Amino acid sequence: MSKRKVKETHMPVGECISQVQMILRERFCHQRLPEKPVGMESQHKHLLELLRRTAVHGESNSVLIVGPRGSGKTMLLNCVLRELLEVKDVNKNVLPVHLNGLLQTDDRIALKEITRQLNLENVVGDKVFGSFAENLAFLLEALKKGDRSSSRPVLFILDEFDLFAHHKNQTLLYNLLDVSQSAQAPVAVIGLTCRLDVLELLEKRVKSRFSHRQIHLLSSLSFIQYLDNVRSQLSLPQDFPDTKFYDEWNDSIKTLCEDQSVVDVLQRHYNSSKDFRSLHLLLMLALSRVSASKPAIKPTDLLEASRVCMVDSKANILHGLSILELCLIIAMKHLNDIYEGEPFNFQMVHNEFKKFLQRKSHSIHNFDKPVVMKAFEHLQQLELIKSMDSSTAKIQKEYQLMKLLLDHSQIMEALQKYPQCPTDVKQWAMSAFG
Amino acid sequence: MVRYFTRLRVRRIYKWGGRPYIFDRKLKSYGFEYLNMSVEGQEAVTTVTPGQYILIEGNDDEYPFVAKLLKFFGDESHKQKKALVQWFLRLSEVPQNKKLLLGRSPHPQEIFYYLGRACDNEINAESILGTVHVQHVPEDTPFPEPGTKDTLYVKLSWDTKAFNVLDPVLMQDTPASTPPKPALPLFPPCASPTATPVSRGPVRRALPTPDPTVMRRAGSVSDTRATMSAGKRSTLEAESIHSASKLSASKILSAKRRGSAADTPGVRKKLQLSIGASPGKKMTRADVLCELLDEEMESEKVISLKLSSSVSHSLQHGCSLSPMRSVCKTPNGQRRFPWKLSSISLDRLSPTALGEQDFSRATTPSRRKESAMAIREPALGVLAEEDSEDSPMQPIALTPRSKRKSAQLVSLRIRKQLNLLDNTQELISDGDDDCFVPSKKDLQSSSDEEKTVSEEETRGRNCKTSVRTPHKTPSKKALQSSTDEEKSEEETVVRKTRGRNGKTSARTPCKTPSKKVTPSTPRHATPSIPSRTVPARQPGNILDEARARLHVSSVPESLPCREQEFQDIYNFVESKVMDGTGGCMYISGVPGTGKTATIHEVIRCLQHASDMDEIPTFRFIEINGMKMTDPHQAYVQILQKLTDQKVTADHAAALLEKRFSNPAPKKETTVLLVDELDLLWTRKQNVMYNLFDWPTRRHARLVVLTIANTMDLPERIMINRVASRLGLTRMSFQPYSFKQLQQIITSRLNKVKAFEEDALQLVSRKVAALSGDARRCLDICRRATEICEHSASHPSSTGLVRMSHVMEALDEMFSSSYITAIGCASLQEQLFLRAVIAEFRRLGLEEATFQQVFVQHRALSRVEGLQPISVSEGLAVCQRLGACRLLLLEASRLDMLQRVRLNVSQDDVLYALKAVRD
Repeated sequence: MSKRKVKETHMPVGECISQVQMILRERFCHQRLPEKPVGMESQHKHLLELLRRTAVHGESNSVLIVGPRGSGKTMLLNCVLRELLEVKDVNKNVLPVHLNGLLQTDDRIALKEITRQLNLENVVGDKVFGSFAENLAFLLEALKKGDRSSSRPVLFILDEFDLFAHHKNQTLLYNLLDVSQSAQAPVAVIGLTCRLDVLELLEKRVKSRFSHRQIHLLSSLSFIQYLDNVRSQLSLPQDFPDTKFYDEWNDSIKTLCEDQSVVDVLQRHYNSSKDFRSLHLLLMLALSRVSASKPAIKPTDLLEASRVCMVDSKANILHGLSILELCLIIAMKHLNDIYEGEPFNFQMVHNEFKKFLQRKSHSIHNFDKPVVMKAFEHLQQLELIKSMDSSTAKIQKEYQLMKLLLDHSQIMEALQKYPQCPTDVKQWAMSAFG
Repeated sequence: MVRYFTRLRVRRIYKWGGRPYIFDRKLKSYGFEYLNMSVEGQEAVTTVTPGQYILIEGNDDEYPFVAKLLKFFGDESHKQKKALVQWFLRLSEVPQNKKLLLGRSPHPQEIFYYLGRACDNEINAESILGTVHVQHVPEDTPFPEPGTKDTLYVKLSWDTKAFNVLDPVLMQDTPASTPPKPALPLFPPCASPTATPVSRGPVRRALPTPDPTVMRRAGSVSDTRATMSAGKRSTLEAESIHSASKLSASKILSAKRRGSAADTPGVRKKLQLSIGASPGKKMTRADVLCELLDEEMESEKVISLKLSSSVSHSLQHGCSLSPMRSVCKTPNGQRRFPWKLSSISLDRLSPTALGEQDFSRATTPSRRKESAMAIREPALGVLAEEDSEDSPMQPIALTPRSKRKSAQLVSLRIRKQLNLLDNTQELISDGDDDCFVPSKKDLQSSSDEEKTVSEEETRGRNCKTSVRTPHKTPSKKALQSSTDEEKSEEETVVRKTRGRNGKTSARTPCKTPSKKVTPSTPRHATPSIPSRTVPARQPGNILDEARARLHVSSVPESLPCREQEFQDIYNFVESKVMDGTGGCMYISGVPGTGKTATIHEVIRCLQHASDMDEIPTFRFIEINGMKMTDPHQAYVQILQKLTDQKVTADHAAALLEKRFSNPAPKKETTVLLVDELDLLWTRKQNVMYNLFDWPTRRHARLVVLTIANTMDLPERIMINRVASRLGLTRMSFQPYSFKQLQQIITSRLNKVKAFEEDALQLVSRKVAALSGDARRCLDICRRATEICEHSASHPSSTGLVRMSHVMEALDEMFSSSYITAIGCASLQEQLFLRAVIAEFRRLGLEEATFQQVFVQHRALSRVEGLQPISVSEGLAVCQRLGACRLLLLEASRLDMLQRVRLNVSQDDVLYALKAVRD
């Protein structure tokens, strides 16, 4: 690439576009850490300071990083670790151990994983030998043998910390935190969680051993900052090979962010959630519409992407239903209105449907009961209706109590958009009582 | 390595051999010359005679106890068979934490001469498994190649505190220094002249090339002399001590309480936590030394008396007119034949031993002076015996070395006799000599027996090796040649590894062969964390220093505020250790009140006291219910810490049961700390039951300290029979008050001036009001130092931690984050929370379905002028709030029907939302 840079500053548009796609996709998929975490400087400093003391002074610590999903907990930690490992003294001296509550679902697996990552003596190749009890005893013995000044600090990073608290007796947490509070090998226990009440999950003796340091990542981002962030996320980096394209792209992004419709869309997203993950999803959808023939993001792309993001998940299912099934749903809606959300059964729905056929229907001919039943079952399979009884086997199918999992507005919206919907059906839906 | 019969699972039959001689007329105890052992169903008979080294049945089948046999005795009915022994220790019997004192890797066949006092040296003769060959290796010579597998090597002695160079004299002449007082009654000076013990003390000097076996056998005679005369001396001494002790009544009280405690100045109980070195230790060492010198002197006496006594004795017996020398030579010559095969190295070694002996003889004049001084050293047991004479109500507790009542009685009688026969020393030793010089006939027969023994031994060894390694039976001759010696060494290694592998495979029979190949299976792996390349940096400034001191892990110099609890636990454990009994104690308290720390402190002090010889040695074992995967693992961990074996839980339970219910000759008190007791709960509660039942056993000598958080744990979770065994010795640790917390911080900081006084008070008051958890208190202080450090750049800061810093730290740790979280939530999330509250108000319930809330939400967004969101989006908002636990949600598969509840109070939500708007 550098050769090309020397030879010519101009690249074909297609080449540039693929470069842009690569750079931005990497960014949106969180494969590359940002230079500096945005909007969390004090937390960054606190965490870095804490881990530095563990790494350099051998001081044991425990800390929780708490924040809603997508608020950048892992990103912050990874930034800190990257920065920490850049220090030469520290680089060879710390042993990071990464655990995830979703992967290590019990202490047995977690212990094996710790042992494997620490590469203790009972690890051969990739296998950990010994039973659960042996592994625990071995790890504890190993940690006990270490001391503050001579052994390498171990950083235990527990992602989804709250899930570890659900392990039996919280054995792992107790032991890790106990090590952090006693004169053994220096450890830092770093927990990442999105639950604000995580401390209440800990048993009292485990809680007592935790240092109660919590780093909260709660973004208080204003919309202006949000907008700036969007711009910087979409902009190309300085070292982009083609300077001309670089200028063009960044200008187009600038104008894009000033477009009123774009601002509206972003405002809507901002109102819904402030986290970066949903923003990245939106931008990714917009980016995927960029091609060689259309080498910039247009406001319409963003609008379209937003529409895809915001679309109701059940609307599409409703569009695919047959008229009979739609009629049944309308009957259910009427039953809901009449009985104020009480559950109904097939028989009630069928009666309602028959009434409609007798009184108002012109276009829909009579269906046999088994056919209606089949349609009803299909709705159940699509989970548009849900059985209320747990013991399904005992009650006949016709009399099982059901509830509709659709909102009034969803049904009406679907009817509006349903292709070639008979008018009598529409009217029936619109009428107040059956 | 050794020959024993247990593996074959056979019954052994023991029979006294030789003529019994009356040992103590009044007690009707008899001494015996030798013991015949035979295995049921087999012709072969093994004869064990005093002076031989024997194996004694112990807890570990693989490694039985080793001892030197000093004496056999029994009662008239010949039912009780007792033996007096001098113990040797294997390294595995040395406490785990003391093993490092050796400073080198032990030889696999190495044993240590036991100089401690904790072990009873009287054993049941029926626990003898067989004989073994023990060889003394001088300190600076390397261990010989392990040519004979049943030879054990002794190089050092172990006095429960340190490994010392073994005085060769101990091995060859008189192992009498250690046999404590029960030895006294067994060798009465007035024993009848018909009594003919096997030992041939006077003979040994006449030998031109002393055979070590003979020398060793000779040991017992000088042993008797030493003890006898020591006893006599000490009785004299005891009187003076007794009169002296009358002066200080308090002192005698404490002496009574301690029993075995010497009259060292360090007797008084220590209230302070850190004890400086007291002279007690030196005293004990001098004690041992002087005793050794005493024996030296005694053996000298024997030699000097030899000439005068030999004439009279030969006349008396009248069976042999040949001089002593030839008497001895013949058995020696005969013996040489069988011994040659197995113990060539032994003969090679003997000249050096002789040389040392000569040297010791040469230096005796100077030592004699010292031994005169040694007389002043009072024997501990005598003091105790004096006490028991004064107050006969409590004799057993007072003489910890001999628990038997009969021994007590005997010692009383002996002392009376000694007082009566307060004659000149010559007279006694003359009589003594008479009874101990053996007849030729006896000699002959015993040496013949010896021969059979050695033959037996080799045969037995061969048979054993063939059992264990069927394809590689070493011949007797092969053992002699040096090339084959290497081979056999190799074989021992092979066998050892195989034995180990056998064990492993027995444990988990389905192990893959690849596991055996891998060098680092967890069984052999030593757990450790890799060490760092750059050493940890030391704290730089004063705040760093303070932070290091305030870390919970740093062990403080003292534990303030728990003096009363400390004293109670100390007294409890100490009394149990002293009396050699067992007991349970239950300690409760909320987390962070110093329960475990206090017990560790108590143990540290007791260990120090036992180092000072003020109390008997004991072992401390700690288990933690949280540090095991299953309650039954408790057995495994206890056993592993006691004996270093790894077995399964069931097997461990069986072994522990055996260990704690059977009397064992060598047993010290075990102090077991069970932390987090409630985790050991099982449905049948058998783990708890066993833990509390063992201390009640007669021979267990187990003290169990248990810790849990709740005060009423025994009543709540234990069934009656468990709670009853736990007993009523309970203690409760109250949460710290603010003054105590303040004191804890101040004592930890220890004059490092980093905090303002007010700041400290604020922390301690706040924590005391909340939980009284010292850990919390220290953590807050640590955080405050960090905050102070960060704000140190401000020009106004003094470098001290001030109120504002502490306030900030407190805020960080204690303030609820819900309100901030609501404030930082997105607009739709806030709207949803408002909708939830609105719906709750409408329903008058604290619960609503999502569908209901969503209707409210839509209405509210219309009011706010926002575009209404779709149901999917609404659900996403709801899920996000649920993930933060601002809302409590049902399972999401219920979709729109899932019920929603608030996890925060409605007021908090309204307050937070109002703050956002303003």
